[in-house]
Amino acid sequence: MKSHFMFVGKQLIRMILLLICVSIAAFFLVSVSPVDPLQANVGQAALGSMSQEQIAKLNAYWGVGEPAMSRFLAWASDFFRGDMGISLLYRRPVAEVIAVKFVNSIWLLAAAWMISGIMGFLLGVLAGMKRGTWIDRAVKGYSLMIASTPAFWLALVLLMVFAVWLQILPVGLSVPIGMEAEGVTLADRIRHAILPALTLSITGVSNIALHTREKMIDIMESDYVLFARARGESSWSIFKNHGFRNVVLPAITLQFASISEIFGGSVLVEQIFSYPGLGQAAVTAGIGSDVPLLLGVTVISAAIVFGGNLTANLLYGVVDPRIRRGGAKK
Amino acid sequence: MTAERQGMDKDTMKKNIILEIQNLSVSFQQYGRGFAMTDLDVIRDLNVTVHEGEIVAAVGSSGSGKSLLAHGILGILPYNASLGGRILYEGEELTQKRKEELRGNEIVLVPQSVAFLDPLMKIGPQIRKGKKDPGSRKKLDEIFEGYHLKQEVQDLYPFELSGGMNRRVLVSTAMMGNPRLVIADEPTPGLHMNMVRRVMSHFRELADQGAGVLLITHDLEQALETADRVVVFYAGTTVEDADVKDFGAEETLRHPYSQALWRALPQNGFQFITGTQPYVKDMPKGCPFAPRCERCREDCKGEIPYREIRGGKVRCLHTE
Ligand SMILES: Nc1ncnc2c1ncn2[C@@H]1O[C@H](COP(=O)(O)OP(=O)(O)OP(=O)(O)O)[C@@H](O)[C@H]1O
Ligand SMILES: [Mg+2]
Repeated sequence: MKSHFMFVGKQLIRMILLLICVSIAAFFLVSVSPVDPLQANVGQAALGSMSQEQIAKLNAYWGVGEPAMSRFLAWASDFFRGDMGISLLYRRPVAEVIAVKFVNSIWLLAAAWMISGIMGFLLGVLAGMKRGTWIDRAVKGYSLMIASTPAFWLALVLLMVFAVWLQILPVGLSVPIGMEAEGVTLADRIRHAILPALTLSITGVSNIALHTREKMIDIMESDYVLFARARGESSWSIFKNHGFRNVVLPAITLQFASISEIFGGSVLVEQIFSYPGLGQAAVTAGIGSDVPLLLGVTVISAAIVFGGNLTANLLYGVVDPRIRRGGAKK
Repeated sequence: MTAERQGMDKDTMKKNIILEIQNLSVSFQQYGRGFAMTDLDVIRDLNVTVHEGEIVAAVGSSGSGKSLLAHGILGILPYNASLGGRILYEGEELTQKRKEELRGNEIVLVPQSVAFLDPLMKIGPQIRKGKKDPGSRKKLDEIFEGYHLKQEVQDLYPFELSGGMNRRVLVSTAMMGNPRLVIADEPTPGLHMNMVRRVMSHFRELADQGAGVLLITHDLEQALETADRVVVFYAGTTVEDADVKDFGAEETLRHPYSQALWRALPQNGFQFITGTQPYVKDMPKGCPFAPRCERCREDCKGEIPYREIRGGKVRCLHTE
């Protein structure tokens, strides 16, 4: 039990170090960006009609001319006190902006994560158990094809088919255009999330299916499955007794590791569907030099991804008897 | 015990044949250079017969094809292996379909290593193949009692057991069915002498109830202690089929390799012959033992029939 706490402690320290590194990297990437925040956000024309004083004020607001190091330290010291700063673009606290975007994104991400995980697992297991049959070839063919298809292209195809030709799903956004927030129903939200979620799921499935298939093939060739066959166990019995048990461990790792892929994919997909989620906020913040917001989004995303990996490691300890009981015995 | 067994030996002559393997061959298709496929003939001309009530030991050194024989009988060879020759079970061809019907109940395997246990399944359910009915539970409890395994062991995972305990677990799996043919692939390494005797006496009990036992081992001493008949393997071929009592003296044996094994026994002075078993890829033509044999002559490079001499069988031209 003690070693378990040690393990979690170590992981947490690693996570904090990682977050520090990620935020430093993000910060300096923004500070070396060639985009001039004033030109990007105020506009060339407006700038031209402003007085020197006004421009100086704006420069101070966007932090132009201030050394990157001192800006970062100021941001970091605020952050550790729980203050993520004020978004320069939205003029609201970063925490608030992220909360709103996060709620928009989370359903999309969760749905894509669950669907790709479950479908990928089922397809991978089936293909691995029936290696060499048409089922296997179909799953493998589909996965390889999707893996080599860019996500944005797939998104555009889905958009064309369902939103433009069939016109059964909206083209973009997370709520109907021009509607009061109170008037938006759950059904509206779901309808708007379907296409982005579908895009993310379709691309997510292929990776999980291919990896699960590999694992399943290894298992089916293992000595213990050989022996189960020699003992007259049926295919179903072999899956129930040995296949599932042994494939579920790598599947857990895979599933939690895929959080990062889903997250990464969402940046692109939200952009295409103009879906106002975390991914889109990251892009907007990056282009608009909204440093506090960008750093906020980066840190939160990294924390979620890292939290996923930590969960996988902890679950492993619960599910795998060799870890769960092995530690207790010694 | 010896007298009793010799009495039985005479009986087995009249008893039914359970398993008859005729000129079995196993070859692996492998990719050679480029896309050329080559066949690797790891087993040729394997002949083994097991009667009702009989323990037959298959003796041979490492790599002589003993495990492949076991896997061939059970139909669990790798997908790139092909099986030639004939296997008859109860007088009828043992097709893959029949193997699948019979294995696990009528034909059981005691596998060679602990890797054949699922590392993530508890011992009890694993031996019961996941069955939970009172009958299976009771039977397993009784088997565990017989092998001095505590009932708590059923709730453990293979990694929590010692090597010897896992061996007993492997043997227990065979006792769960109603075996008519037991194929035990090196069932006893790592077990204490007493436990070895117990396992062997269980095989004897099964045989006395009419089953046939094929005991695969590289340990000639153990084979002589337990079996009724010994089949000697060399480089994927059976070179001799002899009654256990033929191993009483060198002269009663037939093949030069069996005689070499005999001389290597502790009581006969540990005299080992030089050289090693040839590897499949550089197998000599004709007799595989020829390069190490004193009696080797020119005709040993040709076809060698498996012939009957003095009540046993031998694959050698120069023995009477
Ligand atoms: N999948 C395979 N592909 C190619 N060759 C193989 C394969 N499996 C086994 N062999 C070869 O077949 C021969 C016989 O192997 P087998 O496992 O039957 O030996 P064995 O008599 O059981 O040895 P041991 O006493 O070490 O268990 C060996 O030379 C081995 O290299
Ligand atoms: Mg072997």
